[in-house]
Amino acid sequence: MSTTTMRQHAPVRAESRGIRNWLKLHVDLLPTLAAIVIFVAMIIYGEVAYGRILQANTLSNLLINNAHLIILAAGMTFVILTGGIDLSVGAIIAFSSVSGVLLINAGWDPWLVMGLMVLIGSAFGVTSGILIQYFNVQPFIATLAMMFLGRGLAAMLSTVPERLADDSPVRLLATNFKLIDGPKVNDLVITPGVIIAVIVVGIAFFVLHRTRMGRTVYAIGGSEQSAGLMGLPVPRTKLWVYVISGTLAGLAAVVYTARLGSAQNITGIGWELDAIAATVIGGTLLTGGVGFVLGSVVGALVLGLMNVLITRDGGIPPEATTIITGCILLVFVLLQRLVLARRRE
Amino acid sequence: MMSDTTPSIGRWFAELARRQYFWGIVAIVVLLLINVLKDPTYLSISVSPTTGNLVGNLIDILRAAAPIMLIAVGMCLVVATGGIDLSVGSVMVVSGAVSMEFLHSASGSVGDAFLAFGLAVLISAVLGTVNGVLVAVVGLQPFISTLFIMLAGRGLAKVITGGQNTAATNDSFRWLANGYVFGIPVVFILALLVVIAVGVLVRRSALGLMIEAIGMDPKAARLAGVNRRGLLFTVYIFSAVLAGIAGVFGTASVMTVDVSRTGYQLELDAILAVVIGGTSLAGGKFNITGAVVGALLIATLDKTVVFLGVSSSATPAFKAIVIVVLCLLQSERVRQVFRQRRASRPHTPQKEVIPA
Repeated sequence: MSTTTMRQHAPVRAESRGIRNWLKLHVDLLPTLAAIVIFVAMIIYGEVAYGRILQANTLSNLLINNAHLIILAAGMTFVILTGGIDLSVGAIIAFSSVSGVLLINAGWDPWLVMGLMVLIGSAFGVTSGILIQYFNVQPFIATLAMMFLGRGLAAMLSTVPERLADDSPVRLLATNFKLIDGPKVNDLVITPGVIIAVIVVGIAFFVLHRTRMGRTVYAIGGSEQSAGLMGLPVPRTKLWVYVISGTLAGLAAVVYTARLGSAQNITGIGWELDAIAATVIGGTLLTGGVGFVLGSVVGALVLGLMNVLITRDGGIPPEATTIITGCILLVFVLLQRLVLARRRE
Repeated sequence: MMSDTTPSIGRWFAELARRQYFWGIVAIVVLLLINVLKDPTYLSISVSPTTGNLVGNLIDILRAAAPIMLIAVGMCLVVATGGIDLSVGSVMVVSGAVSMEFLHSASGSVGDAFLAFGLAVLISAVLGTVNGVLVAVVGLQPFISTLFIMLAGRGLAKVITGGQNTAATNDSFRWLANGYVFGIPVVFILALLVVIAVGVLVRRSALGLMIEAIGMDPKAARLAGVNRRGLLFTVYIFSAVLAGIAGVFGTASVMTVDVSRTGYQLELDAILAVVIGGTSLAGGKFNITGAVVGALLIATLDKTVVFLGVSSSATPAFKAIVIVVLCLLQSERVRQVFRQRRASRPHTPQKEVIPA
């Protein structure tokens, strides 16, 4: 009797133990899974409470409006994986987009200027990377200085919104391509900006998980000293990480300017927080070494969806968005610490 | 070292020149000289015939330096523990928003001014406590905890005022920022009193030493019986309260809180003042006199930039460059270069290298 019940229970118990073992082995995945669950829950809640969320139109807008944030989050993932931080991304976008629009309006070749905008980001990234790696400045101080530098330079150029001409080729990046022509306005739309974001995420995923450089990034975050002792190129990689983040911020500036059609020196205030929050929500540890670039994409989408829900709700003042973003970030950071503490036990 | 035969003034000067904030003083003098070149009467201070108060550009600089002095001293202590407080600017705007909202609905009595001041200090202390809990209890990195308050705080101020720039009238509250005692601005006197009180408190007791001990080596400090958690709490609450007072000064001068501009980017000013004063951002060391010199330098720089007709929104770029240069000077790599150059000159006596 007892043996039969045992035999009946055994597979069930093994299965539950299997899940538990799998979770124990992949405890790093927990925050990312939590982010996916939250994303799905937000979609369901939005669909039930406000309607018209789970449809091609809304979802493609979600992607189009957050393409720049996805690009930023991908760059931030690299930096945070090494245990650093980049606070300059918002200011880089401000400076890069203002100078880009001014140059185009001054008659420069738009395609050349777009390349320049990306390079401006790289220049900021190189500067903070050199400060951090070769002069031992703490990452947040170096990038904070770059943040103020970028904002100050942008303010020197212009303090009013600078508009792009309506026929400017930059706006081509924001052209809508209908993939599926749904009923009424319910189309699945995609813009070159979104495609750029997807390509960036794809490359970032490949670099982080399939190349030596990606391995080194993870190793530095795990323990910089050990990585150095293993003979990994720590200084070079740390420099590259900030260059990548800066370059992607420049790219995000191009995508964002194309969508908006104008630029101002106050563009992107607080986007550092958004990018950090997206990365952390997506499961990257702030102390470095653990995380996924795809998780950061989910994090960016969670933040974007949150904005959509806040707009739809109408009851929450839009000023409260930063508070909510901050609180979500805080909750996830606390969650990470819990997971870490659990693992140490 | 110093030769014994130098006259006492020379020795005093040499002693001063070895301090890191000496270069801050030099910079202030240079900036004032530039102003004098543009307008020879720049430094003149006159007594206003109607009110009997001192008027002049130097007095304006002192007035502008007061809030920066307060946040710089708070930042100084936080940096000494090896942390950083990025939230000071946002605490300023929240405290300003709270006091203005209160005064907007209250009567213009002196009691209400005190209440508004108390409320502003209270809300700042609450924000400081949040920082303290996140850093000391939860164990988050200081810059993440305070970054959260820095970005959420401005949102909080907007929620408090409903996104408006609230204005109010209260003469006694206004006096705080625009009044004079013995012809000197009240703000500067108050700020100076606070700074002196803090300086005496931390340097005449073991408090300063314990704060530095945390910054040098948290583990060793704990083994030596330093109450790390309590001290971190104190330091972050303290920094926030000082920022709150600075926020009151900042809003009371115009009796309006500008939710997007009040205290904006003042974190940079505070960090800059601290670094100019010779406090290393790596922690374990602080210099309050230096921070005050740094604050005065920043106020002079701000006024000079405006005086020379450069757009004031561009000053952050200058300050960022100064910060980068100072960080470079503090870094080991650059010090090595200087040390080698000094060593290659045989005539200079070997000097003890003081780590910044």
